Amino acid sequence: MIKQITVISGKGGTGKTTLTAAFATLACNALIADCDVDAANLHLILDPVLTDRLDFYGMKVAAIDRDKCCACGLCREGCRFGAITEGFVIDIHACEGCGVCELVCPEGAIVMKDHKAGEIYRSITRFGPFVHARLGIGEDTGGKLVSMVRKNAMEMAKMHGNELIIIDGPPGIGCSVIASISGVDLVFIVTEPSVSAIHDLERVIEVADHFRIKAVVCINRYDVNAEKTAHIEEYCRKKGVDVAGKLPLSDVPTKAMLEGRTVIEYKDDVFAGRVQDIWYRVHKELI
Amino acid sequence: MKIAVASGKGGTGKTTVAVNMAVSLGNAQLLDCDVEEPNCNLFLGHPLQKVRDVGIQIPSISRDKCNSCRKCAEACRFNALAVLPTGIMLFPQLCHGCGACSLVCPQDAISETTHVIGTVERSASSARRVELYQGVLNIGEPMASPVIRALKQYIDDSRTVILDSPPGTSCPVISSITGTDYCILVTEPTPFGLHDLLLAVELVKELQIPYGVIINRHGTGDDSVEGYCYENNIPVLMKIPYDRRITELYSEGIPFVLQMPHWKDQFLNLFIKLQVLTGRY
Repeated sequence: MIKQITVISGKGGTGKTTLTAAFATLACNALIADCDVDAANLHLILDPVLTDRLDFYGMKVAAIDRDKCCACGLCREGCRFGAITEGFVIDIHACEGCGVCELVCPEGAIVMKDHKAGEIYRSITRFGPFVHARLGIGEDTGGKLVSMVRKNAMEMAKMHGNELIIIDGPPGIGCSVIASISGVDLVFIVTEPSVSAIHDLERVIEVADHFRIKAVVCINRYDVNAEKTAHIEEYCRKKGVDVAGKLPLSDVPTKAMLEGRTVIEYKDDVFAGRVQDIWYRVHKELI
Repeated sequence: MKIAVASGKGGTGKTTVAVNMAVSLGNAQLLDCDVEEPNCNLFLGHPLQKVRDVGIQIPSISRDKCNSCRKCAEACRFNALAVLPTGIMLFPQLCHGCGACSLVCPQDAISETTHVIGTVERSASSARRVELYQGVLNIGEPMASPVIRALKQYIDDSRTVILDSPPGTSCPVISSITGTDYCILVTEPTPFGLHDLLLAVELVKELQIPYGVIINRHGTGDDSVEGYCYENNIPVLMKIPYDRRITELYSEGIPFVLQMPHWKDQFLNLFIKLQVLTGRY
């Protein structure tokens, strides 16, 4: 059985990618997947060698045949997403691909066309196989692309005999997050002691609960606010969620990033040691 | 003037910029469009009242009229309807509320009901000079954009409006920043910050919204973001230095302009700069 762990946070910028890259360094026989398809960053550290590139087709989008269109306006009336302009031009950012316009057009002037919405990349890195993706600007099929990344990750992990898939998740709680955590064995939530991060942590724990997925928490930059850190620990205790560890505010993640290294590879044994302790606890949860 | 605050990368300081600018201006409308994780009011602490529920129209299928002909499930491009031996089953979280199923049903068996996916809230007292509106997406609901669109109906065109956008470059961001007069892209001076800034720039260019950059935590990382901005003639509107005090105030939920008043002038200057850049001054 291949185990899967997803790193999420609710709030952005708490350290998801830094920790995912560190786990990639520490894990034995893992595949890494970047499911933050909106703003993927993990490849900047993992420096992948591309082995395969796949087109991602999201929802089809409507296209109007000018010659057949009689400007009757039924499509505009039927469209609930405001995707057809007064001049009968499709706004591809607003079109959700439902096909209602095609259904109601009496002239057969509308067809639903394939629409490339992004790309998926399979590659090899110094820590093992890696799958990442890029969602086209302004696309609304993030959740679907995340599912495709995970499908590719699973195929590749079987092919390479990997025992673990480590997933870097997106911020938020919406479709991309839901697609990133569905069916995984553990979510690893990175938070920090600030009112925003705590608010977002509470919501993201609820999401994990909603889908009945076990969660553990890591408090990053815990020394910025001792009181709020204590509050998080108390909240997690009440919720029955383990705090796997705490990391201090440090310039090590930024310095390591500038060198294209993970915090484990970077020459700072104290910070790396703390991350290592967290990984061992997480690993224990997984086996 | 409608000013959007966006970024590709999360956690770069969008909310910090949006809230501190609104507080500095005093008289402004602040819209929290990050409906997955709305945070602005953690810094304002306004009592809130609900102004509306946001729902989408989902099908309700009459078992008496349905003859399991499958036409609805075939028409649904979101796989929200499945045909089971016991009848048609709906997965409301997958439904986009497009109405295709009821259009094609030959038995007239489908009516529509409202499925609530979130709410819009506002500051309870209109006496406050910063008037906050926020959208909240319910837990387990995937679609943020309908909540954002509902929220934006409360924009008062006669006022200065600041919109705090969600991170990323996908559809919720488009829903948030479309129709604004200027977009501030907040980033941090790191390789991640630069990479995601490039994506955000692509987005605002495509939407043809004038834009500039605020560099947060200036002094950490490197100068590649600044170099990129100068090379591409992108205005750097403000640099907020890395300052432990700002980080600590943020952690407490205090807008830093309240404790560091010289920053209030900086945000007022920023606002004037935006008026100049958009030809309003």
